[in-house]
Amino acid sequence: MLADKDRIFTNLYGRHDWRLAGARARGDWDGTKEILDMGSDWIIDEMKRSGLRGRGGAGFPTGLKWSFMPKTESDRPHYLVVNADEGEPGTCKDRDMLRFDPHKLVEGCLIASFAMKAHACYIYIRGEFYQEASNLQVAIDEAYAAGLIGDNACGSGWKFDLYLHRGAGAYICGEETALIESLEGKKGQPRLKPPFPAGVGLYGCPTTVNNVESIAVAPTILRRGASWFAGIGRPNNTGTKVFCISGNVNKPCNVEDAMSIPLKELIEKHAGGVRGGWDNLLGIIPGGASVPVLPKSICDTVLMDFDSLRDVKSGLGTAAVMVMDKSVDIVAAISRLSSFYKHESCGQCTPCREGTGWLARVMKRMVKGEATLGEIDTLEQVTYQIEGHTICALGDAAAWPVQGLIRHFRPELERRIRDYRDAKVREGVAA
Amino acid sequence: MSTRSLAKEQPASFAFNADMTALSKRIIAKYPAGRQASAVIPLLDLAQRQEGWVTKPAIEEIARILDMAPMRVLEVATFYTMFNLAPVGKTHVQVCTSLSCWLRGSNDVVKSCKEKLGIGFGGITPDGKFSLGELECSGACVNAPVAQIGDDYYEDLDYASTGKLLDAFKRGETPKPGSAIGRDGAAPAGEAITLTENPTPPAKQDFAAAKAAFEKAKAEAAAKAAAPKA
Repeated sequence: MLADKDRIFTNLYGRHDWRLAGARARGDWDGTKEILDMGSDWIIDEMKRSGLRGRGGAGFPTGLKWSFMPKTESDRPHYLVVNADEGEPGTCKDRDMLRFDPHKLVEGCLIASFAMKAHACYIYIRGEFYQEASNLQVAIDEAYAAGLIGDNACGSGWKFDLYLHRGAGAYICGEETALIESLEGKKGQPRLKPPFPAGVGLYGCPTTVNNVESIAVAPTILRRGASWFAGIGRPNNTGTKVFCISGNVNKPCNVEDAMSIPLKELIEKHAGGVRGGWDNLLGIIPGGASVPVLPKSICDTVLMDFDSLRDVKSGLGTAAVMVMDKSVDIVAAISRLSSFYKHESCGQCTPCREGTGWLARVMKRMVKGEATLGEIDTLEQVTYQIEGHTICALGDAAAWPVQGLIRHFRPELERRIRDYRDAKVREGVAA
Repeated sequence: MSTRSLAKEQPASFAFNADMTALSKRIIAKYPAGRQASAVIPLLDLAQRQEGWVTKPAIEEIARILDMAPMRVLEVATFYTMFNLAPVGKTHVQVCTSLSCWLRGSNDVVKSCKEKLGIGFGGITPDGKFSLGELECSGACVNAPVAQIGDDYYEDLDYASTGKLLDAFKRGETPKPGSAIGRDGAAPAGEAITLTENPTPPAKQDFAAAKAAFEKAKAEAAAKAAAPKA
């Protein structure tokens, strides 16, 4: 288990003062000017060497992403946009960083913006996070008042402005180009890429969109050194990670531990184990609603990191672990996710707009077994018609849970269909 | 996708009051000149806070303030589900029924709400005091099940605690938001096994040495690139 001294989010549970004085006592804003004085090339190189992969779900290397921004400023200003539109079912890690450790994010925004030569940064926070936005705004105001950000941020000579922007309840705005559209005052419908945001982003200017956690860990990585961060976890899956453990466990919680921790250890050590014991486990969705479910046999040994979960045809996603015990109706659970994606599709691409509705309707029938055996294959084929045929990954995200269900729980689907058919036959005979 | 449209009955007019006007000016100033359309979501939110819901005259007024086509503001108002396009109760109760909440008994929370308030999803009590809605993932999954009431999250609910919560609102109280079982944020219930020490600032790396190593590596790479290929 990771030692407390290696944890980045030392106020994850809000047991200490989240305001500037408390944050400083925990080491935030310590030597920020020294870090800025090292120069943007060093900062980006250090981030690359840390091995940090984006914490929003896709796992793209953060330092590399920062290096895609133009090296010199032109007449088009650069922007950093922080994605705090957390809403992937199962995921609630950014919420605790926003409300209990907001200064880590504010400091990270300054350093990342400086490295990418951005003088302005917008934090796009989901509208429902009202109290979280209030805390963050207080932290921003405190940082301005203390001269940590503003016209001469930390005395570095760098002008930096930070703005908080509240969304209004649309899951799709967590997709980076939809988020940019929304920030520009439009419906959150994703843009075709290329051009990528680093070339043409917010207001047509070079923009990088990063997850809250990716930005909030940056100051600590730079302070302690890339080799410290890279020494935790495994190669290509380095560092610490905040995991959200929800569902049928004895003690659901958020916890920061080392990347690549075995899934079983994570649940048994931090979440008090599966309700009714490990043998009562049915399956786990390891990375938020979008990634395929894993049966117990895989959960026994799999490691919680990008590569290990990819190898078992699932994904780390946001590291939101949703645990289901044997009392759970797995078909109903996946059907609930299908309803979610139907509700949240932005309607722009036909395969997703029509496909998510179709999946949700068929999944509702599958819950009861009101289908034919052949429809399981049809259902699977339709998911492949959606996956990869849309502008953004919401179509893929809608397809994967259903694919995971069919891959690992096909016998259960078949049993329901037979039972339903047999019941109908018995009704007919009785009549 | 969710299909939403404006309510049939609409008030005749809308104007921001003095406080909201001042707030809207501060919001618009966050965005670069000529990009005031960025303020459309925050201004619709202000209108909803003032009136309780988003009205057609409010949409038209915001379009005027931001110099946008009214159609563009209408698009935004109907796209984002936090905007109530019809009146809601003074206390607007929304229950999250997404997977993590469902796994931990959101059905019981919904049942309790429906019984206590005597209305279903989308309903409003005859006295206009309460309305009930369904949320798609509130983003507080380890504190499931969750209900959002007004701007606050009420967490770790079950059938009984939901009933008690609504009774308190009926008495005109505003109970303290957060966990119904008294845990700190998203910490595991019971004795802590992590973050048990009083946090202290971590040691910093040697920046001068790091800079020297970086410059040396850069010079070596440059020399290698400049050297004639063997």
